[in-house]
Amino acid sequence: MVGEIVIDHVSKSFTNPDGSEVKALNNVNLKVKPGSFISLIGPSGCGKTTLLRAISGLNLQDTGVILLDGEEIKKPGHDRGFAFQQANLYPWLTIEKNISFGLKARGIYKEKKQDVKEYIEMVGLKGFENSYPHQLSGGMNQRASLARALVGHPKVLLLDEPLGALDAFTRMNMQDEILRIWKEQKITIIMVTHDVDEAIYLSDQVVIMTPRPAKIEKVIDIELARPRARGNEDFLKYRTQILKILNYAGENVEPEYYL
Amino acid sequence: MLVKEIKKVSVIISLLLAIAVAVLIPNAARQPVTDKPYFLYFLGIAGIIIVFFYLLSFFSNKLSAKFEKKAPLLAGGILLLSIINLVCSKYALLPVLFFPSLDRVFAVFVKDRSLIVKCILSSAKLLGIGFLVGASLGFITGIVVGFNKKLAYWINPFIKIIGPIPATSWSPLVLSLFSTSYQAAVFMIALAVWFPITVMTSNGINNVQQTYFEVADTLGAGKFYKIFKVGIPAALPSVFLGFFYATTGSFITLVTAEMFGCKSGIGWYLNWQKSMMLYANVYAGLIVLALLCNLIITLLFKIRDRLLGWQKGVIKW
Repeated sequence: MVGEIVIDHVSKSFTNPDGSEVKALNNVNLKVKPGSFISLIGPSGCGKTTLLRAISGLNLQDTGVILLDGEEIKKPGHDRGFAFQQANLYPWLTIEKNISFGLKARGIYKEKKQDVKEYIEMVGLKGFENSYPHQLSGGMNQRASLARALVGHPKVLLLDEPLGALDAFTRMNMQDEILRIWKEQKITIIMVTHDVDEAIYLSDQVVIMTPRPAKIEKVIDIELARPRARGNEDFLKYRTQILKILNYAGENVEPEYYL
Repeated sequence: MLVKEIKKVSVIISLLLAIAVAVLIPNAARQPVTDKPYFLYFLGIAGIIIVFFYLLSFFSNKLSAKFEKKAPLLAGGILLLSIINLVCSKYALLPVLFFPSLDRVFAVFVKDRSLIVKCILSSAKLLGIGFLVGASLGFITGIVVGFNKKLAYWINPFIKIIGPIPATSWSPLVLSLFSTSYQAAVFMIALAVWFPITVMTSNGINNVQQTYFEVADTLGAGKFYKIFKVGIPAALPSVFLGFFYATTGSFITLVTAEMFGCKSGIGWYLNWQKSMMLYANVYAGLIVLALLCNLIITLLFKIRDRLLGWQKGVIKW
Protein backbone atom coordinates (compact mmCIF):
# COMPACT_ATOMS: atom_id res chain seq x y z
CA MET A 1 0.00 0.00 0.00
CA VAL A 2 1.20 3.49 -0.80
CA GLY A 3 0.59 6.87 0.74
CA GLU A 4 2.78 6.91 3.83
CA ILE A 5 3.62 10.36 5.13
CA VAL A 6 6.48 10.96 7.54
CA ILE A 7 6.81 14.41 9.07
CA ASP A 8 10.24 14.76 10.65
CA HIS A 9 11.25 17.70 12.87
CA VAL A 10 9.34 20.23 10.81
CA SER A 11 9.41 23.89 11.84
CA LYS A 12 8.29 27.05 10.09
CA SER A 13 7.96 30.65 11.11
CA PHE A 14 6.29 33.67 9.57
CA THR A 15 7.31 37.30 9.85
CA ASN A 16 4.58 39.67 10.92
CA PRO A 17 4.19 43.02 9.18
CA ASP A 18 5.69 44.66 12.30
CA GLY A 19 8.83 42.53 11.94
CA SER A 20 8.20 40.12 14.79
CA GLU A 21 8.49 36.39 14.16
CA VAL A 22 5.73 33.89 14.78
CA LYS A 23 6.43 30.18 15.03
CA ALA A 24 3.76 28.58 12.86
CA LEU A 25 5.13 25.08 13.37
CA ASN A 26 7.44 24.12 16.21
CA ASN A 27 9.32 20.86 15.74
CA VAL A 28 6.45 18.73 14.50
CA ASN A 29 6.85 14.96 14.19
CA LEU A 30 4.14 12.68 12.84
CA LYS A 31 3.86 9.42 11.01
CA VAL A 32 0.76 8.77 8.92
CA LYS A 33 0.15 5.13 8.02
CA PRO A 34 -0.76 4.36 4.41
CA GLY A 35 -4.49 4.25 3.85
CA SER A 36 -5.40 5.86 7.14
CA PHE A 37 -7.69 8.81 7.79
CA ILE A 38 -6.12 11.51 9.94
CA SER A 39 -7.67 14.72 11.22
CA LEU A 40 -5.67 17.75 12.29
CA ILE A 41 -7.68 19.67 14.82
CA GLY A 42 -7.08 22.72 16.96
CA PRO A 43 -7.94 26.38 17.40
CA SER A 44 -6.87 28.91 14.78
CA GLY A 45 -3.18 29.69 14.92
CA CYS A 46 -2.20 26.13 15.87
CA GLY A 47 -0.50 25.58 12.52
CA LYS A 48 -2.77 22.86 11.16
CA THR A 49 -3.26 24.51 7.78
CA THR A 50 0.45 25.42 7.65
CA LEU A 51 1.28 21.76 8.15
CA LEU A 52 -1.18 20.67 5.48
CA ARG A 53 0.21 23.18 3.00
CA ALA A 54 3.74 21.98 3.77
CA ILE A 55 2.67 18.42 2.93
CA SER A 56 1.08 19.66 -0.29
CA GLY A 57 4.27 21.53 -1.18
CA LEU A 58 2.45 24.85 -1.66
CA ASN A 59 4.38 26.45 1.23
CA LEU A 60 7.49 24.58 2.33
CA GLN A 61 8.78 24.35 5.89
CA ASP A 62 11.95 26.14 7.03
CA THR A 63 13.60 23.11 8.62
CA GLY A 64 12.90 19.39 8.77
CA VAL A 65 11.67 17.06 6.06
CA ILE A 66 8.36 15.59 4.96
CA LEU A 67 8.48 12.28 3.14
CA LEU A 68 5.85 10.68 0.93
CA ASP A 69 6.63 6.97 0.58
CA GLY A 70 10.24 7.72 1.43
CA GLU A 71 10.66 10.60 -1.03
CA GLU A 72 11.12 14.16 0.12
CA ILE A 73 8.35 16.61 -0.77
CA LYS A 74 9.80 19.69 -2.44
CA LYS A 75 6.95 21.09 -4.55
CA PRO A 76 3.25 20.55 -5.24
CA GLY A 77 2.36 17.51 -7.30
CA HIS A 78 -0.56 15.49 -8.51
CA ASP A 79 0.32 12.61 -6.15
CA ARG A 80 -1.18 14.75 -3.40
CA GLY A 81 -4.73 15.86 -4.14
CA PHE A 82 -5.79 19.03 -2.38
CA ALA A 83 -9.28 20.34 -1.67
CA PHE A 84 -9.63 23.86 -0.30
CA GLN A 85 -12.22 25.31 2.04
CA GLN A 86 -13.82 27.04 -0.93
CA ALA A 87 -14.42 24.76 -3.88
CA ASN A 88 -12.25 27.06 -6.01
CA LEU A 89 -13.58 25.67 -9.25
CA TYR A 90 -12.66 27.70 -12.31
CA PRO A 91 -15.84 29.68 -13.05
CA TRP A 92 -15.12 29.77 -16.79
CA LEU A 93 -15.06 25.99 -17.11
CA THR A 94 -17.94 23.54 -16.95
CA ILE A 95 -18.00 20.93 -14.18
CA GLU A 96 -16.66 18.29 -16.56
CA LYS A 97 -13.83 20.53 -17.72
CA ASN A 98 -12.98 21.54 -14.16
CA ILE A 99 -12.68 17.92 -13.14
CA SER A 100 -10.57 16.98 -16.15
CA PHE A 101 -8.31 20.04 -15.78
CA GLY A 102 -5.46 18.15 -14.08
CA LEU A 103 -5.53 15.29 -16.58
CA LYS A 104 -5.38 17.74 -19.47
CA ALA A 105 -2.56 19.69 -17.82
CA ARG A 106 -0.57 16.46 -17.61
CA GLY A 107 -1.52 15.47 -21.15
CA ILE A 108 -3.18 12.19 -20.18
CA TYR A 109 -6.81 13.19 -20.67
CA LYS A 110 -7.37 11.04 -23.75
CA GLU A 111 -6.45 7.81 -22.00
CA LYS A 112 -8.28 8.74 -18.80
CA LYS A 113 -11.53 10.07 -20.24
CA GLN A 114 -13.42 7.17 -18.68
CA ASP A 115 -12.05 8.09 -15.23
CA VAL A 116 -13.59 11.55 -15.46
CA LYS A 117 -16.96 9.97 -16.15
CA GLU A 118 -16.57 7.57 -13.25
CA TYR A 119 -15.62 10.25 -10.76
CA ILE A 120 -18.45 12.52 -11.85
CA GLU A 121 -20.78 9.63 -11.15
CA MET A 122 -19.06 8.81 -7.88
CA VAL A 123 -19.63 12.28 -6.46
CA GLY A 124 -23.21 12.28 -7.74
CA LEU A 125 -22.89 14.97 -10.39
CA LYS A 126 -24.07 12.96 -13.37
CA GLY A 127 -26.25 15.19 -15.53
CA PHE A 128 -24.42 18.34 -14.43
CA GLU A 129 -21.30 17.82 -16.57
CA ASN A 130 -22.04 20.85 -18.72
CA SER A 131 -23.22 23.17 -15.95
CA TYR A 132 -21.07 26.04 -14.79
CA PRO A 133 -20.07 26.30 -11.11
CA HIS A 134 -22.27 29.36 -10.50
CA GLN A 135 -25.31 27.34 -11.54
CA LEU A 136 -24.79 24.74 -8.79
CA SER A 137 -25.05 24.81 -5.00
CA GLY A 138 -22.07 25.08 -2.67
CA GLY A 139 -22.30 21.40 -1.78
CA MET A 140 -22.31 20.33 -5.42
CA ASN A 141 -19.32 22.55 -6.15
CA GLN A 142 -17.46 21.04 -3.22
CA ARG A 143 -18.20 17.55 -4.59
CA ALA A 144 -16.83 18.62 -7.94
CA SER A 145 -13.70 19.91 -6.27
CA LEU A 146 -13.28 16.54 -4.52
CA ALA A 147 -13.66 14.76 -7.84
CA ARG A 148 -11.09 17.10 -9.37
CA ALA A 149 -8.62 16.30 -6.59
CA LEU A 150 -9.25 12.54 -6.85
CA VAL A 151 -9.45 11.93 -10.59
CA GLY A 152 -5.65 12.00 -10.97
CA HIS A 153 -5.38 9.06 -8.54
CA PRO A 154 -3.35 10.78 -5.83
CA LYS A 155 -1.67 8.71 -3.13
CA VAL A 156 -2.77 11.18 -0.49
CA LEU A 157 -5.81 13.44 -0.31
CA LEU A 158 -5.31 16.65 1.66
CA LEU A 159 -8.47 18.39 2.82
CA ASP A 160 -8.32 21.92 4.19
CA GLU A 161 -11.65 22.35 5.99
CA PRO A 162 -13.41 21.33 2.81
CA LEU A 163 -16.81 21.29 4.51
CA GLY A 164 -16.34 24.48 6.51
CA ALA A 165 -18.44 26.61 4.17
CA LEU A 166 -21.41 24.23 3.99
CA ASP A 167 -24.58 24.12 6.05
CA ALA A 168 -24.94 21.50 8.79
CA PHE A 169 -27.03 18.97 6.82
CA THR A 170 -25.06 19.17 3.59
CA ARG A 171 -22.00 18.84 5.75
CA MET A 172 -23.11 15.57 7.36
CA ASN A 173 -24.03 14.12 3.98
CA MET A 174 -20.65 15.11 2.61
CA GLN A 175 -18.89 13.48 5.55
CA ASP A 176 -20.51 10.17 4.65
CA GLU A 177 -19.48 10.69 1.08
CA ILE A 178 -15.89 11.36 1.97
CA LEU A 179 -15.88 8.16 4.04
CA ARG A 180 -17.30 6.20 1.13
CA ILE A 181 -14.72 7.60 -1.25
CA TRP A 182 -11.94 6.86 1.22
CA LYS A 183 -13.05 3.23 1.52
CA GLU A 184 -13.39 2.81 -2.24
CA GLN A 185 -10.11 4.47 -3.13
CA LYS A 186 -8.02 3.12 -0.26
CA ILE A 187 -5.96 6.30 -0.08
CA THR A 188 -4.49 8.24 2.80
CA ILE A 189 -6.58 11.25 3.82
CA ILE A 190 -5.31 14.09 5.97
CA MET A 191 -8.03 16.57 6.87
CA VAL A 192 -7.84 19.89 8.67
CA THR A 193 -10.96 20.73 10.64
CA HIS A 194 -12.01 22.63 13.69
CA ASP A 195 -15.11 20.56 14.19
CA VAL A 196 -14.44 17.98 16.92
CA ASP A 197 -17.44 15.82 16.01
CA GLU A 198 -16.40 15.73 12.38
CA ALA A 199 -12.89 14.65 13.36
CA ILE A 200 -14.14 11.79 15.57
CA TYR A 201 -16.77 10.70 13.09
CA LEU A 202 -14.33 10.38 10.22
CA SER A 203 -10.83 9.63 11.45
CA ASP A 204 -8.66 6.74 12.53
CA GLN A 205 -6.51 9.20 14.39
CA VAL A 206 -7.19 12.72 15.62
CA VAL A 207 -4.09 14.89 15.87
CA ILE A 208 -4.66 17.69 18.36
CA MET A 209 -2.57 20.79 17.82
CA THR A 210 -2.20 23.76 20.14
CA PRO A 211 -0.98 27.29 19.42
CA ARG A 212 1.81 29.38 20.95
CA PRO A 213 4.05 27.64 20.15
CA ALA A 214 2.23 25.70 17.45
CA LYS A 215 2.85 22.01 18.00
CA ILE A 216 1.21 18.60 18.20
CA GLU A 217 -0.25 18.18 21.67
CA LYS A 218 -1.58 14.67 21.40
CA VAL A 219 -2.54 11.99 18.90
CA ILE A 220 -5.69 10.08 19.79
CA ASP A 221 -6.60 6.77 18.17
CA ILE A 222 -10.33 6.57 17.59
CA GLU A 223 -11.18 2.93 18.16
CA LEU A 224 -14.80 2.96 17.10
CA ALA A 225 -16.30 0.62 14.53
CA ARG A 226 -17.69 2.20 11.38
CA PRO A 227 -20.33 3.35 10.64
CA ARG A 228 -20.13 5.47 13.74
CA ALA A 229 -23.09 6.87 15.62
CA ARG A 230 -22.60 10.53 16.37
CA GLY A 231 -24.40 10.47 19.69
CA ASN A 232 -23.33 7.26 21.42
CA GLU A 233 -21.47 7.05 24.71
CA ASP A 234 -18.00 6.20 23.41
CA PHE A 235 -18.28 8.93 20.82
CA LEU A 236 -19.04 11.45 23.55
CA LYS A 237 -16.15 10.16 25.65
CA TYR A 238 -13.73 10.94 22.85
CA ARG A 239 -15.37 14.28 22.47
CA THR A 240 -14.89 15.20 26.13
CA GLN A 241 -11.31 13.93 26.05
CA ILE A 242 -10.44 16.08 23.04
CA LEU A 243 -12.17 19.18 24.37
CA LYS A 244 -10.33 18.75 27.66
CA ILE A 245 -6.98 18.78 25.89
CA LEU A 246 -8.06 21.88 24.02
CA ASN A 247 -9.24 23.48 27.30
CA TYR A 248 -12.78 23.83 26.05
CA ALA A 249 -14.39 21.24 28.31
CA GLY A 250 -15.65 23.94 30.63
CA GLU A 251 -14.37 22.30 33.86
CA ASN A 252 -12.40 25.28 35.08
CA VAL A 253 -15.14 27.76 34.34
CA GLU A 254 -16.49 29.48 37.42
CA PRO A 255 -20.21 30.19 37.24
CA GLU A 256 -20.84 33.89 37.06
CA TYR A 257 -23.64 33.83 39.60
CA TYR A 258 -25.12 31.45 42.16
CA LEU A 259 -28.74 30.73 42.84
CA MET B 1 -54.08 45.52 -19.21
CA LEU B 2 -55.28 48.94 -20.30
CA VAL B 3 -51.98 50.50 -19.29
CA LYS B 4 -50.18 47.97 -21.44
CA GLU B 5 -52.29 48.83 -24.46
CA ILE B 6 -51.81 52.56 -23.91
CA LYS B 7 -48.06 52.04 -23.75
CA LYS B 8 -48.10 50.08 -26.98
CA VAL B 9 -50.34 52.56 -28.81
CA SER B 10 -48.35 55.57 -27.58
CA VAL B 11 -45.73 55.09 -30.29
CA ILE B 12 -48.37 55.06 -33.02
CA ILE B 13 -50.04 58.21 -31.66
CA SER B 14 -46.66 59.93 -31.53
CA LEU B 15 -46.00 58.83 -35.10
CA LEU B 16 -49.34 60.16 -36.36
CA LEU B 17 -48.65 63.43 -34.57
CA ALA B 18 -45.26 63.68 -36.24
CA ILE B 19 -46.81 63.06 -39.66
CA ALA B 20 -49.51 65.65 -38.96
CA VAL B 21 -46.89 68.23 -37.99
CA ALA B 22 -44.84 67.43 -41.09
CA VAL B 23 -47.77 67.59 -43.48
CA LEU B 24 -50.14 70.22 -42.06
CA ILE B 25 -47.78 72.99 -40.96
CA PRO B 26 -45.96 74.66 -43.85
CA ASN B 27 -42.17 75.06 -43.72
CA ALA B 28 -40.76 78.44 -42.83
CA ALA B 29 -39.93 80.48 -45.88
CA ARG B 30 -36.35 81.05 -44.67
CA GLN B 31 -35.49 77.33 -44.82
CA PRO B 32 -34.16 76.28 -48.22
CA VAL B 33 -36.59 73.81 -49.77
CA THR B 34 -35.74 70.26 -50.76
CA ASP B 35 -37.03 68.61 -53.90
CA LYS B 36 -38.90 65.97 -51.90
CA PRO B 37 -40.22 65.74 -48.29
CA TYR B 38 -37.47 63.34 -47.15
CA PHE B 39 -38.30 63.51 -43.45
CA LEU B 40 -41.87 62.50 -44.24
CA TYR B 41 -40.49 59.51 -46.20
CA PHE B 42 -38.45 58.57 -43.16
CA LEU B 43 -41.54 58.78 -40.94
CA GLY B 44 -43.40 56.64 -43.46
CA ILE B 45 -40.77 53.89 -43.46
CA ALA B 46 -40.50 54.00 -39.66
CA GLY B 47 -44.30 53.91 -39.46
CA ILE B 48 -44.60 50.80 -41.65
CA ILE B 49 -42.02 48.95 -39.51
CA ILE B 50 -43.65 50.01 -36.23
CA VAL B 51 -47.19 49.14 -37.33
CA PHE B 52 -45.91 45.80 -38.64
CA PHE B 53 -44.45 44.89 -35.23
CA TYR B 54 -47.51 46.29 -33.46
CA LEU B 55 -49.78 43.93 -35.40
CA LEU B 56 -47.35 41.04 -34.94
CA SER B 57 -47.35 41.63 -31.17
CA PHE B 58 -50.96 40.42 -30.99
CA PHE B 59 -49.80 36.94 -31.94
CA SER B 60 -46.82 36.56 -29.62
CA ASN B 61 -46.70 37.30 -25.89
CA LYS B 62 -42.93 37.57 -25.96
CA LEU B 63 -42.97 40.10 -28.77
CA SER B 64 -45.81 41.95 -27.08
CA ALA B 65 -43.81 42.37 -23.88
CA LYS B 66 -40.80 43.53 -25.86
CA PHE B 67 -42.87 45.97 -27.89
CA GLU B 68 -44.54 47.32 -24.76
CA LYS B 69 -41.13 47.93 -23.20
CA LYS B 70 -39.69 49.79 -26.19
CA ALA B 71 -42.83 51.65 -27.33
CA PRO B 72 -42.80 54.59 -24.86
CA LEU B 73 -39.12 55.23 -25.59
CA LEU B 74 -39.75 55.21 -29.33
CA ALA B 75 -42.78 57.46 -28.82
CA GLY B 76 -40.57 59.91 -26.91
CA GLY B 77 -37.93 59.79 -29.63
CA ILE B 78 -40.44 60.55 -32.37
CA LEU B 79 -41.94 63.33 -30.26
CA LEU B 80 -38.48 64.86 -29.92
CA LEU B 81 -38.11 64.73 -33.71
CA SER B 82 -41.44 66.54 -34.02
CA ILE B 83 -40.24 69.26 -31.67
CA ILE B 84 -37.03 69.62 -33.67
CA ASN B 85 -39.13 69.72 -36.81
CA LEU B 86 -41.29 72.52 -35.36
CA VAL B 87 -38.35 74.54 -34.08
CA CYS B 88 -36.06 74.17 -37.10
CA SER B 89 -38.22 73.58 -40.16
CA LYS B 90 -41.65 74.92 -39.42
CA TYR B 91 -40.96 78.13 -37.54
CA ALA B 92 -37.17 78.49 -38.10
CA LEU B 93 -36.63 79.74 -34.58
CA LEU B 94 -32.88 79.07 -34.82
CA PRO B 95 -30.38 80.32 -37.46
CA VAL B 96 -31.17 78.28 -40.56
CA LEU B 97 -27.51 77.98 -41.56
CA PHE B 98 -26.56 75.93 -38.50
CA PHE B 99 -29.94 74.31 -37.91
CA PRO B 100 -31.17 72.93 -41.25
CA SER B 101 -34.62 71.43 -41.68
CA LEU B 102 -34.99 67.68 -41.07
CA ASP B 103 -35.90 67.30 -44.74
CA ARG B 104 -32.47 68.59 -45.70
CA VAL B 105 -30.68 66.32 -43.24
CA PHE B 106 -32.50 63.23 -44.44
CA ALA B 107 -32.01 64.31 -48.05
CA VAL B 108 -28.25 63.85 -47.51
CA PHE B 109 -28.68 60.13 -46.84
CA VAL B 110 -30.34 59.78 -50.22
CA LYS B 111 -28.29 62.16 -52.34
CA ASP B 112 -24.86 61.67 -50.81
CA ARG B 113 -25.23 57.97 -50.11
CA SER B 114 -22.45 56.65 -52.33
CA LEU B 115 -19.92 59.03 -50.77
CA ILE B 116 -21.14 58.23 -47.27
CA VAL B 117 -20.85 54.49 -47.85
CA LYS B 118 -17.34 55.02 -49.22
CA CYS B 119 -16.47 57.02 -46.12
CA ILE B 120 -17.89 54.35 -43.81
CA LEU B 121 -15.84 51.64 -45.50
CA SER B 122 -12.70 53.74 -45.41
CA SER B 123 -13.19 54.55 -41.71
CA ALA B 124 -13.95 50.93 -40.87
CA LYS B 125 -10.77 49.79 -42.62
CA LEU B 126 -8.60 52.34 -40.84
CA LEU B 127 -10.20 51.55 -37.49
CA GLY B 128 -9.88 47.81 -38.11
CA ILE B 129 -6.17 47.91 -38.95
CA GLY B 130 -5.32 50.28 -36.11
CA PHE B 131 -7.38 48.31 -33.62
CA LEU B 132 -5.91 44.98 -34.65
CA VAL B 133 -2.33 46.22 -34.35
CA GLY B 134 -2.95 48.03 -31.05
CA ALA B 135 -5.02 45.28 -29.48
CA SER B 136 -2.60 42.46 -30.26
CA LEU B 137 0.40 44.49 -29.06
CA GLY B 138 -1.55 45.59 -25.98
CA PHE B 139 -2.64 42.06 -25.13
CA ILE B 140 0.90 40.72 -25.47
CA THR B 141 2.40 43.58 -23.44
CA GLY B 142 -0.25 43.07 -20.77
CA ILE B 143 0.46 39.34 -20.49
CA VAL B 144 4.22 39.85 -20.33
CA VAL B 145 3.93 42.61 -17.72
CA GLY B 146 1.32 40.65 -15.79
CA PHE B 147 3.33 37.46 -15.48
CA ASN B 148 6.97 38.56 -15.50
CA LYS B 149 7.95 40.79 -12.60
CA LYS B 150 11.41 41.60 -13.99
CA LEU B 151 10.11 42.73 -17.39
CA ALA B 152 7.30 44.58 -15.63
CA TYR B 153 9.91 46.59 -13.75
CA TRP B 154 11.44 47.85 -17.01
CA ILE B 155 8.32 48.09 -19.16
CA ASN B 156 5.94 49.73 -16.66
CA PRO B 157 7.64 53.17 -16.82
CA PHE B 158 7.08 53.25 -20.58
CA ILE B 159 3.41 52.40 -20.10
CA LYS B 160 3.11 55.09 -17.43
CA ILE B 161 4.80 57.80 -19.50
CA ILE B 162 3.41 57.05 -22.97
CA GLY B 163 0.01 55.68 -22.03
CA PRO B 164 -1.80 58.66 -20.52
CA ILE B 165 -0.83 61.07 -23.34
CA PRO B 166 -3.83 61.41 -25.70
CA ALA B 167 -2.82 59.51 -28.83
CA THR B 168 -3.88 62.41 -31.07
CA SER B 169 -1.28 64.69 -29.48
CA TRP B 170 1.33 62.72 -31.44
CA SER B 171 -0.14 63.98 -34.70
CA PRO B 172 2.32 66.86 -35.30
CA LEU B 173 5.20 64.41 -34.94
CA VAL B 174 3.86 61.32 -36.67
CA LEU B 175 2.42 63.22 -39.61
CA SER B 176 5.97 64.21 -40.51
CA LEU B 177 7.61 60.93 -39.48
CA PHE B 178 5.39 58.58 -41.48
CA SER B 179 5.42 58.73 -45.25
CA THR B 180 1.62 58.80 -45.51
CA SER B 181 -0.98 60.31 -43.25
CA TYR B 182 -2.79 56.96 -43.37
CA GLN B 183 0.11 55.22 -41.63
CA ALA B 184 0.20 58.03 -39.10
CA ALA B 185 -3.51 57.51 -38.41
CA VAL B 186 -2.99 53.75 -37.97
CA PHE B 187 -0.18 54.46 -35.54
CA MET B 188 -2.26 56.84 -33.44
CA ILE B 189 -5.28 54.53 -33.30
CA ALA B 190 -3.05 51.59 -32.39
CA LEU B 191 -1.50 53.68 -29.62
CA ALA B 192 -4.91 54.70 -28.29
CA VAL B 193 -5.96 51.05 -28.22
CA TRP B 194 -2.69 49.65 -26.89
CA PHE B 195 -2.70 51.53 -23.60
CA PRO B 196 -6.05 50.52 -22.03
CA ILE B 197 -5.70 46.93 -23.19
CA THR B 198 -2.19 46.64 -21.77
CA VAL B 199 -3.18 48.11 -18.43
CA MET B 200 -6.41 46.15 -18.04
CA THR B 201 -4.80 42.87 -19.13
CA SER B 202 -1.86 43.08 -16.72
CA ASN B 203 -4.18 44.37 -14.02
CA GLY B 204 -6.54 41.46 -14.58
CA ILE B 205 -3.70 38.96 -14.37
CA ASN B 206 -2.35 40.52 -11.18
CA ASN B 207 -5.77 40.31 -9.56
CA VAL B 208 -6.34 36.62 -10.29
CA GLN B 209 -7.03 34.77 -7.04
CA GLN B 210 -3.83 33.10 -5.86
CA THR B 211 -5.81 29.93 -5.07
CA TYR B 212 -6.60 29.45 -8.77
CA PHE B 213 -2.87 28.99 -9.39
CA GLU B 214 -2.48 26.84 -6.28
CA VAL B 215 -5.22 24.52 -7.48
CA ALA B 216 -3.38 24.19 -10.79
CA ASP B 217 -0.13 23.49 -8.91
CA THR B 218 -1.65 20.67 -6.91
CA LEU B 219 -3.10 19.19 -10.09
CA GLY B 220 0.31 19.07 -11.72
CA ALA B 221 0.01 21.95 -14.23
CA GLY B 222 3.18 23.43 -15.71
CA LYS B 223 4.07 27.12 -15.96
CA PHE B 224 2.72 27.79 -19.45
CA TYR B 225 -0.39 25.76 -18.81
CA LYS B 226 -1.06 27.96 -15.80
CA ILE B 227 -0.55 31.15 -17.83
CA PHE B 228 -2.80 30.14 -20.73
CA LYS B 229 -5.42 28.03 -18.99
CA VAL B 230 -5.73 29.83 -15.65
CA GLY B 231 -4.23 33.32 -15.72
CA ILE B 232 -5.58 34.53 -19.05
CA PRO B 233 -9.13 33.12 -18.73
CA ALA B 234 -9.40 34.46 -15.20
CA ALA B 235 -8.24 37.88 -16.40
CA LEU B 236 -10.65 38.00 -19.37
CA PRO B 237 -13.35 40.09 -17.66
CA SER B 238 -10.75 42.77 -17.00
CA VAL B 239 -9.32 42.38 -20.53
CA PHE B 240 -12.80 42.97 -21.85
CA LEU B 241 -13.05 46.23 -19.92
CA GLY B 242 -9.77 47.18 -21.58
CA PHE B 243 -11.30 46.45 -25.00
CA PHE B 244 -14.31 48.58 -24.09
CA TYR B 245 -12.17 51.58 -23.11
CA ALA B 246 -9.97 50.98 -26.14
CA THR B 247 -12.96 51.01 -28.49
CA THR B 248 -14.30 54.33 -27.25
CA GLY B 249 -10.77 55.74 -27.32
CA SER B 250 -10.24 54.49 -30.86
CA PHE B 251 -13.35 56.36 -32.10
CA ILE B 252 -11.99 59.64 -30.79
CA THR B 253 -8.61 59.06 -32.38
CA LEU B 254 -10.14 57.86 -35.65
CA VAL B 255 -12.27 60.94 -36.17
CA THR B 256 -9.52 63.34 -35.12
CA ALA B 257 -6.94 61.61 -37.31
CA GLU B 258 -9.29 61.73 -40.28
CA MET B 259 -10.01 65.40 -39.71
CA PHE B 260 -6.30 66.23 -39.76
CA GLY B 261 -4.65 64.04 -42.30
CA CYS B 262 -6.74 61.58 -44.27
CA LYS B 263 -8.61 62.27 -47.48
CA SER B 264 -11.52 59.96 -46.77
CA GLY B 265 -13.56 58.61 -43.89
CA ILE B 266 -16.37 59.95 -41.72
CA GLY B 267 -14.10 62.35 -39.85
CA TRP B 268 -12.86 63.79 -43.13
CA TYR B 269 -16.45 64.01 -44.41
CA LEU B 270 -17.54 65.98 -41.32
CA ASN B 271 -14.64 68.38 -41.62
CA TRP B 272 -15.01 68.86 -45.35
CA GLN B 273 -18.77 69.51 -45.18
CA LYS B 274 -18.20 72.00 -42.38
CA SER B 275 -15.72 73.93 -44.48
CA MET B 276 -18.32 74.04 -47.26
CA MET B 277 -20.87 75.34 -44.71
CA LEU B 278 -23.14 72.36 -45.47
CA TYR B 279 -24.42 71.77 -41.96
CA ALA B 280 -27.18 69.41 -43.06
CA ASN B 281 -24.40 67.08 -44.26
CA VAL B 282 -22.54 67.52 -40.96
CA TYR B 283 -25.62 66.39 -39.04
CA ALA B 284 -26.08 63.45 -41.37
CA GLY B 285 -22.43 62.50 -40.84
CA LEU B 286 -22.85 62.70 -37.08
CA ILE B 287 -25.90 60.43 -37.24
CA VAL B 288 -23.94 57.90 -39.32
CA LEU B 289 -21.07 58.08 -36.82
CA ALA B 290 -23.41 57.53 -33.88
CA LEU B 291 -24.99 54.51 -35.55
CA LEU B 292 -21.58 53.12 -36.47
CA CYS B 293 -20.06 53.45 -32.98
CA ASN B 294 -23.19 52.00 -31.46
CA LEU B 295 -23.07 49.03 -33.78
CA ILE B 296 -19.42 48.29 -32.94
CA ILE B 297 -19.98 48.48 -29.19
CA THR B 298 -23.09 46.30 -29.46
CA LEU B 299 -21.02 43.74 -31.37
CA LEU B 300 -18.34 43.91 -28.70
CA PHE B 301 -20.88 43.13 -26.01
CA LYS B 302 -22.29 40.27 -28.03
CA ILE B 303 -18.80 38.78 -28.17
CA ARG B 304 -18.48 39.36 -24.41
CA ASP B 305 -21.70 37.45 -23.75
CA ARG B 306 -20.36 34.57 -25.85
CA LEU B 307 -16.94 34.44 -24.21
CA LEU B 308 -17.85 35.46 -20.70
CA GLY B 309 -21.24 33.84 -20.29
CA TRP B 310 -19.96 32.57 -16.95
CA GLN B 311 -19.54 36.10 -15.67
CA LYS B 312 -22.36 38.43 -16.61
CA GLY B 313 -23.00 42.01 -15.71
CA VAL B 314 -19.57 43.68 -15.67
CA ILE B 315 -20.97 46.56 -17.69
CA LYS B 316 -24.44 46.63 -19.18
CA TRP B 317 -25.08 47.93 -22.64
